[in-house]
Amino acid sequence: MPTLDQTTDEILKLAATHFKVAREKLAPGDDFFEKLKIDSLQALELLTRLENHFRVELPDYEMQGVTSFRALAERIQSRL
Amino acid sequence: MKKRCGQALSWEMTDGVVELALHREPLNEIGTLTLDELEQFVDELETATSRASALIIYSTLPQGFSAGADLRELYTRGRDLPMDERVAGVRQSLERIHRVLNIIDASPLTTIAAVHGVCFGGGFELALACDLIIADKMARFCFPELRLGLIPGFGGIPRLKRDLGNAVVRDLLLTGRSFNVQKAQAIGLVSQVAAEGEALRVARSTAAQIGKFDRHTRVTAKQFIKPVPYNELRREIETFCTLFARPAVEEALRRFVESTDRQPYLP
Repeated sequence: MPTLDQTTDEILKLAATHFKVAREKLAPGDDFFEKLKIDSLQALELLTRLENHFRVELPDYEMQGVTSFRALAERIQSRL
Repeated sequence: MKKRCGQALSWEMTDGVVELALHREPLNEIGTLTLDELEQFVDELETATSRASALIIYSTLPQGFSAGADLRELYTRGRDLPMDERVAGVRQSLERIHRVLNIIDASPLTTIAAVHGVCFGGGFELALACDLIIADKMARFCFPELRLGLIPGFGGIPRLKRDLGNAVVRDLLLTGRSFNVQKAQAIGLVSQVAAEGEALRVARSTAAQIGKFDRHTRVTAKQFIKPVPYNELRREIETFCTLFARPAVEEALRRFVESTDRQPYLP
C-alpha cells in the first residue's frame, strides 16, 4: 500500500496534468479550488479522475469541506 | 420528423435514428423551458415512430448530461405563493414531466441515453426512462434529493426499482452519494462504457445495429421486457408533493439556491 506522501504526490501529478498547471506549483497543503481555479463541477471531475486512478469509491459526503490535496489523499488512503 | 432547434433542445432524424440534443446552459437543468420543448419533442416523436428505429438522447454541454431539475426555478416560482398553490404548481409540473418520460419509456423505438459527466437527479431520471445507458468514463450518477429533504420526482424511484436490485436502490437514494461509471456498470445501470468523450459515437454505433432488426419483433420484445410501472409512478408524485409541502424542504431549497459557497449546499 502506498504511503500518504506517495498518494499525495500521485494526486498532485494527476491534478497538474488534467487541469494544466505546472506540477511544481502545487503543494500538498494547497487549496485545490484556488490553485487549480476550479468550480464545484470541476471538483467533481477531479473526484471521478481520482476514483478511476486509484480504483476506490469516494462518497460525495466525505468530500464536503475537503479543500486541500493532503486531505484528499487522506480520504483516499482510508479506502485503499 | 423535421429538424428542430429550440432554446433548450434540438432534434432531428437521420437514417432512422432520432437524436435529441440537450443544450440548455449551465447544465441542462430541467425547468419550464426544457419541459415545454420536451413536450413538443415527444408529440413529434410519436408521429415519427413508424419511420425510425432508435432514439439517442445526449448533451452537447461539456460538463455533462444534466444536473437535474431546475431547483432555482422550483424555489423562486413558488416562494411567494401560499403552500397549497405552490404544491398544486409542483404537481402540475410533475404530471407533465411524467407524461413526457412515460412516452419515452414506452416508445416503440429503442432508446439510448448517451451520458458523459454529470447525470444527476432529474437528468438521471431522463436517462432511466431510456432502454440503454451508454456512458463515458467520466460519467457520474446521483440522486441527491434526500439531501434537500425530497425524493426524486420525475419517476426515478419506480424505474430504479424496475431495473436494479433493491439494495442498490437504497444505496443510491438513502445515501445521496454519486456513482462513477465503473460502479454504475457493475450494478447493471450502464450497458456500455465508452472512452472519454465517446459515448455518443458508441450510442450511434449501437443504434445502427438496432436499425437492422425487424421492426415488429423489436417493438414486441421491448413491450415484453420493459413494463412501465404506472401505479408506482403515480405514488411517487403523491409522495413527492407530500414531502414538498414541509417547511424543511423550503428552507433546504432556499439554502441551496442562495448559497455562494464553492461547494453547493447539500448536507
